[in-house]
Order: sequence, then C-alpha cells, then structure tokens
Amino acid sequence: MWRDALLVAGKDLRVEARSRVTTNQVAPYALVVLLLFGFAFNQDRYVLTHVGPGLFWIAVLLCALLAVQRSFSLESADGARDGLRLSGLDGGGIFLGKAMAIAAQLAVLEVILALGVVVLFGTRMADPLLLVVTCALATAGLAAAGTVYGVMAAGLRVRETLLPLLLLPVLAPVLLGATQAWLAAIGLATGSGWRWLTLLAAFAAIYLTLGVLAFGTLLEEA
Amino acid sequence: MTLSSRRSSTSSRATRIVGGFTLLGVVALLVLGLVVSPPDPIQGETVRLIYVHPASATMCYVGFGICALASIAYLWPRTRNMRWDRLAGASAEVGVAFCVACLVSGSIWGRYSWGVWWTWDARLTLTALLLVVFLGYLALRRTGGDPAGRAKRAAITALCCFIVVPIDHEATNWWVTLHQKDTLFRIGKAPLIQGWQLGTMLLSFVVFALLFTWMLLHRLSVEHMEARLEDEGYVWAVAERRAEGSAGDEAVLPAGGPRPGPVVTAVPAAGPPPLGTGTMSRTRREEGR
Repeated sequence: MWRDALLVAGKDLRVEARSRVTTNQVAPYALVVLLLFGFAFNQDRYVLTHVGPGLFWIAVLLCALLAVQRSFSLESADGARDGLRLSGLDGGGIFLGKAMAIAAQLAVLEVILALGVVVLFGTRMADPLLLVVTCALATAGLAAAGTVYGVMAAGLRVRETLLPLLLLPVLAPVLLGATQAWLAAIGLATGSGWRWLTLLAAFAAIYLTLGVLAFGTLLEEA
Repeated sequence: MTLSSRRSSTSSRATRIVGGFTLLGVVALLVLGLVVSPPDPIQGETVRLIYVHPASATMCYVGFGICALASIAYLWPRTRNMRWDRLAGASAEVGVAFCVACLVSGSIWGRYSWGVWWTWDARLTLTALLLVVFLGYLALRRTGGDPAGRAKRAAITALCCFIVVPIDHEATNWWVTLHQKDTLFRIGKAPLIQGWQLGTMLLSFVVFALLFTWMLLHRLSVEHMEARLEDEGYVWAVAERRAEGSAGDEAVLPAGGPRPGPVVTAVPAAGPPPLGTGTMSRTRREEGR
C-alpha cells in the first residue's frame, strides 16, 4: 500500500511541478485572500493581530479546497481516472498518495501564508514547536478529509459547487482546533494549546482510516 | 400490474392512521401547552417553547440516527437494498426539517432569555454545523447519475455526517456552555420539572414522534415514486410517443383501413401515467432536480 501511495503522490507532485498551478495560481490567490482580509478589517492592526491565526486557517481552508479540486480535475480528462482504476493499485494506497500530494502542497502554502500574516497582520509566531505540530496534524486532517470528499464529488457535473458545501462544514473542527492552538501559543487564549492537538489528531485519524477503507469503493463509483 | 394501476398519491392506510393520531396529539399538545400548563415563575410564558424545542431536537437526532443505520445497512453487502438508501434519504430530510425547527425555536427562546438571537455556544454551534453537513448530504443525494453509485457515496457521507450527532448531544457535558443541561433524563436524579409541565413535555415527545413518523412515511412514498420514475420514465415516454404516432397516423387515414404504422401492440400495457400530465412535464421535473 505504501509503495502505491508513493507512486501516486510522486505522479501528482510531478504533474504539479510541471504545470506550476500551485505556485503560479494558488499561492498568489492565498495572498490576495490575506489582502482582502486586511481591507475587510479596515487595516486595523490591533484587530488583525488578534484574528490573524483564524484568518490564516480560513485562507488555508480555501486553498485546500482549490488543491483538492485540482487534484481530482487532473484525472477527469483523457480517461485518466479510468486508468487509475485499472492500474491495479491498492485503493488505500491511491488515497494515501493523493492525500500526501495535497498535504505537501498545503505545507508550502502554509509557509507562504504564515509569512503573510506575520508581515501583513503583525501576528506573532511564539512557541514554534507547537505551531509546527499543529500545522502537521491540521494538514494531515485537511488532506485526508479533502481527498475523501474530493473523490465523492469527482465524477459529478456539479462538483465545483458541491465540494465546498460538503467539505467546508466538515473541516470546521480543524479550523477551530488549529486556531485555538495558535491563539494559545501567542497567549491570546486561555489554557494550553497542546490540548487542541487531541482534536486535530482524532480528526486526522478518523479521516485517514475512513479514506483507506472507503476510497477504493468511492473511486469505483466516481 | 400495469403502470397506470399503481397509486399516484403518497397517502396510505398507515399515513392516514398515523396522521389522525398526530392531529389529535397536536390538538392536545396545544391545549395543554398553551392553556393548561402554567407559566414559569422566572421564565414566564417563554417556558412554553420547552414543548417544542427539546422534542424537535430529539426527532432531529432520531432522523439522522435512522439515516446512519440505514446507510450502514446499505453498505453491508448482505443487506444491500435500495430501500435502505431511500429510508436514509427520507429520514435525513425529515431530520433536517426538525433541526431547523429546533434552531428556530431555540433562537426565539434565546432572544427572550439571553437577550440575543444567537450566541457562539458549543451546543448551538454544533447544531448549526449538524444542519449544514446534512444539507450537504441531501445536496449530494440530488446529484443524479447511476443510482447504485449515488447510494454508496451518500451512505459513506451519511456516516461522516453522523459523527457530529454524539458530539452535539454531549456538548453540554463536555464544555462549559450557556445552553442548559438535560432537564428530564438526568442519571440518578429526578427531572427538573414536575406536574403539568412534565406531563406536557412528555406528551410533546410522543406527538413529535408521531409527526416524524407521518412525515417519514410520506417522504418514503415520494422516494419510491421518484425511483419508479427513474426506472420506468423511459418506457412511459416511448409508449406515449408511439401512441401519439399511432393517433396521428389514424387521423390522416382515409376511412376504412388502417395502414402499416408503429407497432402499438408491442408497447407494454401503459395507460396514462399516474404522475404528472405527460412526458414533457416529467422531463421538465427531471431537469429541475
């Protein structure tokens, strides 16, 4: 399964590296979202500093949506999805591979967005270890849930409008947990930020398990 | 059985019986809730919302619970049957209706008790989340395509959505929330209300359960009819076109002799379709979905 996962992840990342959609389109889009947040909050430094972690994770969620849509639209042309079905690769392996590729892209986007909120909003980056672990767990959850819902919507004509409706509410716990962990890290929330990691880890574990078990069936029906 | 002989109404003996009891129950609940039961010394008249709100929330959970169980039954290879899929869809839809009733009644109560229509409390937020995830589930069910594939996707999604239900139910125990804790079912303790208030509240659960059943039965009939329409709509359309072609041919025929035309006798015994007024109306309804 892991060998299949690495094959699929390598394939998706090679396509991205050649098409440069993430770097040329999604990353600039993420920065546009940050600028719009700045306009929406009237460039108020105090407000932006305090809501920076939440805005960061909303921007990550929006980027995750694009990354998931992109990951499955790649295979909609030229019968590529049929090729994937007929390849004999393990369903769980395909799921893990696609999730890993999405997670890798999200990790790059998170670095760019983190720089953005520090520079534009003046949000502090205290307790780097907590922030890195939060990002790792949240990204795993986002990629896993995104891949499960992405394949559900992949073969549908209404996938562009249906996917945000399906995926964004489901990702709410990640938004909540990751934002609270970051707020606690910079001293804007009471209690330890580490306790929120339990929620993020549980979310990632549930969707990784579900994806490994159900992805093959969902891909057959996509 | 010919197509035309099947019933075209969602009503049945079961819905009429359950509907009759529901109507009686609603009347009794209105009398007890609005006239007989006394106002609360602290909350005043707003306490009467307790005869709507907890029962709506319970039926919302029941609806989503049936949806999850029916989805498991569909996914289980030994029990796989499209009837489970229809039951899951129907119960989720009715559950969504009760979830909206729960949120609206809670919001009205919150306005008079807390001074705001909405507060970002764990129970309220999770219930709103529950509503939107099941709205997403219903949207996914309406995407068309191969019924078996659609049913599998929907069943897996229903199980993902159902994860929110136990978290929502336990929210008042796990977090410090503005929403009050359980009034009736407290482990090892007596209910917080007594007398007419307790009796009326218990009756509200019975009446809402009847209302839920009545709505579910009707919704299931609609699901069965929609499935029939998908299965047999093409046959009806072909039969009607052939019948029209045959009538047109006869209209231009000189008196006395039929001429070779479409083979009307090969058409299944299909009379006027029980749903809609003709093929065009059915086609438009399909497109609108």
